[in-house]
Amino acid sequence: MPGAATNGKVLVDARPSELVRVATAGSVDDGKSTLIGRLLYDSKQVLQDQLEHVERVSVERGDGYVNLALLTDGLRAEREQGITIDVAYRYFHTPKRKFIIADTPGHEQYTRNMVTGASTADVALVLIDARNGVVEQSRRHAFIASLLRIPHLVVAINKMDLVAWDEAVFERITSEFASWAAKLDVTDITFIPISALQGDNVVERSEHMPWYDGPSLLYHLEHVHIASDRNLIDCRFPVQWVIRPMDDDHHDYRGYAGQVASGVLSVGDEVVVQPSGVRTRIAAIETQDGPLQEAYPPLSVTVLLEDDVDVSRGDMICRINNSPTPSKEVEATICWMSERPLRPGGRYRIKHTTRTALAKVDQLRYRFDVNSMHRDEQADQLGLNEIGRVRLRLSAPLLVDEYRRNRATGSFILIEESSNDTVAAGMILGADED
Amino acid sequence: MTAVSYEVSHLRALEAEAIHVMREVAAEVERAVLLFSGGKDSIVLLRLAEKAFHPAKFPFAVMHVDTGHNFPEVLEFRDRRMEELGARLLVASVQDAIDAGKVVEETGPRASRNRLQTVALLDAITEHDFKAAFGGARRDEERARAKERIFSFRDDFGGWDPKAQRPELWNIYNAHINPGEHMRVFPLSNWTELDVWQYIREEELEIPSIYMAHEREVFDRDGMIYAVSPYVELLPGEEPYTASVRYRTVGDMSCTGAVQSSAATLDEVVAEIAATRITERGETRADDRVSEAAMEDRKREGYF
Repeated sequence: MPGAATNGKVLVDARPSELVRVATAGSVDDGKSTLIGRLLYDSKQVLQDQLEHVERVSVERGDGYVNLALLTDGLRAEREQGITIDVAYRYFHTPKRKFIIADTPGHEQYTRNMVTGASTADVALVLIDARNGVVEQSRRHAFIASLLRIPHLVVAINKMDLVAWDEAVFERITSEFASWAAKLDVTDITFIPISALQGDNVVERSEHMPWYDGPSLLYHLEHVHIASDRNLIDCRFPVQWVIRPMDDDHHDYRGYAGQVASGVLSVGDEVVVQPSGVRTRIAAIETQDGPLQEAYPPLSVTVLLEDDVDVSRGDMICRINNSPTPSKEVEATICWMSERPLRPGGRYRIKHTTRTALAKVDQLRYRFDVNSMHRDEQADQLGLNEIGRVRLRLSAPLLVDEYRRNRATGSFILIEESSNDTVAAGMILGADED
Repeated sequence: MTAVSYEVSHLRALEAEAIHVMREVAAEVERAVLLFSGGKDSIVLLRLAEKAFHPAKFPFAVMHVDTGHNFPEVLEFRDRRMEELGARLLVASVQDAIDAGKVVEETGPRASRNRLQTVALLDAITEHDFKAAFGGARRDEERARAKERIFSFRDDFGGWDPKAQRPELWNIYNAHINPGEHMRVFPLSNWTELDVWQYIREEELEIPSIYMAHEREVFDRDGMIYAVSPYVELLPGEEPYTASVRYRTVGDMSCTGAVQSSAATLDEVVAEIAATRITERGETRADDRVSEAAMEDRKREGYF
């Protein structure tokens, strides 16, 4: 089998459970915390001491019921204010899959934290309150999911119990959302009517909505096909670190350590090292557990090359005739994450894969209004949580792909030099060849 | 190409993520240290460090923050592992901090050196000018930890500000800091307790004997089972007895509780963890029971 280590200690064979990352967005009012609490509780992942804690606090607060939303409160300030400020990560598993839920805030002022949670997600879960229908916030959540290119979108129409389990309400919200979402770049949308509070269609199918013949939310999360979301076509191996043991057993050993960003690397492949353009072949793919014949995302491996070529951190091993564009001019959509606004002419560090350079904002092309989808071409700055399109000029070429084709080599962050803060998430739209 | 699935198990995906994180630190940070308690999480961390840089040695020192109230089995294990790896071990001693008058020891039967570790840790980070310290903390352990980034920034007081964390996007980490500041890096952020045990089993990792069921003289306090040791005073009415126990976490003897267990093999331990109905910290850590936000408060001060 491909990728199998030779010494028999192969985790792949031993435990074929798949890791799925889900990002939820919503405010407490949408019932997001209740929904996550319900998922954890009904899948029997809430332990006795956690439940006792929630029961005790529910009584202290006078909630009058076991408030499962309390399971997901993290920080003191969040408990005090009853809101989610930053991403919290929750874990649960079923026999089929292990889930990581990035529980992200819904409020506009915490958009940057939502983007943090969404950046690694396979599935986005957007909550809509059945009583309110599609509101500004649900549109913003779906837009961010599509911007970050989360491959699967689940729209949970919550609080169906409060609209008498009415199919017409579900249909109206579904069609309104679908016609709006047609403008987005989302290929897979699933609508599920639920009641997080009562548990309908969360883990078990609802008895109150016989008109709905789709899966429960958990069933859907367990079965949504994510393996083929990886890019297994474009071979991209950003070199992270050069391994040179310099001991007697490994005199001339030079291994290029990294995590496969996309594509499949095979021993014997003819490859090109960018940006130098030097050609060679893959001599071996190594791990401490033994050599591999092939490596693919997200494996972390060490690649040995046949020829003694100059390769260092920030270089990328690619296939001949399929390598990214080394570029010093890029067009990108960015989400701004700092209180100090982005202005044309601003200078930042840019980190892309394992390479860091300097970037100057040549042009702010427009600011995007997420609610109206309007492009404001007169904008002269981007404020906190605002999204816009920029043209960046770089001090050194980066090896970029379009984000829509490759999440790993199409993404970057901007770092402010004076504060060291991460000030932007960037997604590459295109680049000029250097 | 034929239809090949290129499946990756969750353990291997978690392993790959942790190795990526460790290599990023090595590449971007001048001086890093791996915090090692002898507990199961830091044992996994050590194996991942080996894997990340194989066949070279990993390019960081290892540091134990030593309360002086250790389980002897854990110290013995620590020293043997360091020798096998040929790793450089630093010890940041709470006893030394007490002797130097930097901290004052708590008194009374519930006295613990848990909180004093923060001072010893921060002093050692300053003394050696470490820019990053790897910890084995996991987000599933505790509600404040559920919020923490993989690369977690510490200001020049060693403090964590949970409301002003740097956004952390994709797998692109920002390790830039100014002098006096440092990063805490948690490669096991996305692992659960069960993942750690499954990994220990898959990798056949050696662990200190106290993780397996053994006969021990214990006593009950506040619904937990503690070992009788020179570091804990018994309260009136607390009667020592002998029981078959094992530990789920390894910390200071004065605040780490045991669980009743007869699990003597790794398979039995994994089965027990998979079936447990109580969280590890709820069952075995007095230090988290102080208040609703005990961990958040300690982390703000610079705790692990």
